[in-house]
Amino acid sequence: MSIRVEHLKKRFGDFSTGSAGSAAGFVAVDDVSFEVESGSLVALLGPSGSGKSTILRILAGLEAPDEGRVLFDGVDATHVHARARAIGFVFQHYALFRHLTVEENVAFGLDVRNVPKATSRKRAQELLQLVGLGGLGGRYPSQLSGGQRQRVALARALAPEPKLLLLDEPFGAVDAKVREELREWLRRLHDEVGVTSIFVTHDQDEAFSVSDRVLVIHRGRLEQLGTPSEILDEPRTEFVAGFVGEVNVFPAEIANGEARVGALHAKVGAPDGHARLVVRSYDVKLWREDAGIATVERVVTLGDRVRVHALVDGAGSLVAQFPRRSSLLKNVEPGCRVQVEVTSARAYPRASADA
Amino acid sequence: MRAERDVGAPAIAPVEAAKLDARDTRGDRLAPGSLAAGRLALGAVVVLYLTIVLLGPMGALVTEVSRIGIGEVLLAVLAPPALEALGMSIALVAISVVVNAFVGTIGAIALVRHRFVGRGLLGALADLPLAVSPVMIGLAFLLLVGREGVLAPVLEALDWKIVYAFPGLVIGTLFVTLPYTMRELAYVLEEIGTSEEEAAATLGASAWQTFWRVTFPNVRVALGYGLLMTAARALGEFGAVLVLGGSISGQTQTATTFIHDAVEERALAGGYGMALVLGAISVVLLALLEHLKHRRARALGRTK
Repeated sequence: MSIRVEHLKKRFGDFSTGSAGSAAGFVAVDDVSFEVESGSLVALLGPSGSGKSTILRILAGLEAPDEGRVLFDGVDATHVHARARAIGFVFQHYALFRHLTVEENVAFGLDVRNVPKATSRKRAQELLQLVGLGGLGGRYPSQLSGGQRQRVALARALAPEPKLLLLDEPFGAVDAKVREELREWLRRLHDEVGVTSIFVTHDQDEAFSVSDRVLVIHRGRLEQLGTPSEILDEPRTEFVAGFVGEVNVFPAEIANGEARVGALHAKVGAPDGHARLVVRSYDVKLWREDAGIATVERVVTLGDRVRVHALVDGAGSLVAQFPRRSSLLKNVEPGCRVQVEVTSARAYPRASADA
Repeated sequence: MRAERDVGAPAIAPVEAAKLDARDTRGDRLAPGSLAAGRLALGAVVVLYLTIVLLGPMGALVTEVSRIGIGEVLLAVLAPPALEALGMSIALVAISVVVNAFVGTIGAIALVRHRFVGRGLLGALADLPLAVSPVMIGLAFLLLVGREGVLAPVLEALDWKIVYAFPGLVIGTLFVTLPYTMRELAYVLEEIGTSEEEAAATLGASAWQTFWRVTFPNVRVALGYGLLMTAARALGEFGAVLVLGGSISGQTQTATTFIHDAVEERALAGGYGMALVLGAISVVLLALLEHLKHRRARALGRTK
């Protein structure tokens, strides 16, 4: 199913919360429009409180937008009730029915549609096989691990054959190792089942490793929509540049396509004037040189990467990342002087007041 | 478990258990001795308090009944006025349980799941009966629907009798029992949250299906718990039913007002006998409550 969202707006808290003074409320979603192709796997990426979950809940029909439209396959679905939308929703904390067995949970969406019991149980069994929980149909949710519960939740959402699968921070509540497995597994499952899927995450690795396209959301606004590599290589806004990956941000002056801040300079494709210079930690080269422009403060080893913190003359602190065995790291140690070269950077015109 | 094996008198068991607990703790994580002593003291205080407040009076009642003689007490309790009063109380219990099952459920869902203007006020009003004296409320109703009351002409024209009649008893009992089921359900609904209900909706369930297949199974134990408390409260109500019913023997006398009247008239066999009957019913209700409390704890513990 293809999805089209037009000028979505949602405000919270103007009514009956009892908190006086917030008459205007809090704008969770602010004029968001985008399209999702049928069959794709899309991530809504943003920091917590950015409004991404609200967008997902509006798509599900669990929340009504104040303004704007939601179209499924070109048909206005803005006011269609959640139960009639043919969607599957996977909740962050699973929301499994605690009084039903795993099999009954998965069969729920069929049972409420009065599908004959034999059929619904057979389908539940097939789905449990698909998610790798074949033998566990008779258990209760409380008897499963977090990762297993998440897969039950997914099987349950898939059982009524939804045209759109929505996942809210699907792997947020499981530990790191299981999360990794579930990600890959979700990707494979998506390719197998082929249902249009949208998932919410605050984890950029998750967004980039799993999805075809990523929507970056910030303060209720859509910052950028693109493929993972587009967003990584051509961040359109300063927020995207800063949110994705580890970055250094400097207030800089641009003249003739070169940004300068203290002793640091970098080539950028931006108009002359005040700007903010955004440099990814892995777009920095540095090596020991007594006539260099920076002093090393700390060298931190993180598994197969090494992170160097340095103080650049006139620019402030800078973080650079290298593979552990990089020859550049030779003799780089706290207190020594280093030369710094920025291999790639982006600059964004600076709003006058805030530096 | 261990405490029960080597202790004879049940009243001492909790203290023994506390002692054992203290010993265990010391072994586990080197709790200071003062903590163990504190626990022991706390256990002793609880047992002493329960003995004074609960077991003492019950024991005295049992002693008094056996002094009067079981035969005489049985005779008094099985006499028509006593049976009628008990029957009246049981009828009031039944009515308040049935009404609260509906009103409590609907009220709790409205309070917790719906957002509307005046919701906070309604919640506070639902707790009102806990805060005010039933006698005062009885008097207030009297002023409204009594013989001299504001609505008296209307009731007279319709030939409805509320005060000193069965409807008066029902109103009084329903008023005092209103909060129990509703509060219990509201608490559990809040605790459970909305995500299972939302999940049901996304899976295609109608509001009705969601209620019966998801919400109700989750609050079933709490509903039973609330209704048991309702029953206990209805059975024990005295002030409101006395003021609104007038304790007319064979008409508006309940088990509690029967006891009151019997003691006033020095008909001690009936009074103490009925008190013992109510006490016995309370013990049964308590045991059921305790059972449900465990089930509720387990139900809430499942999947978070």
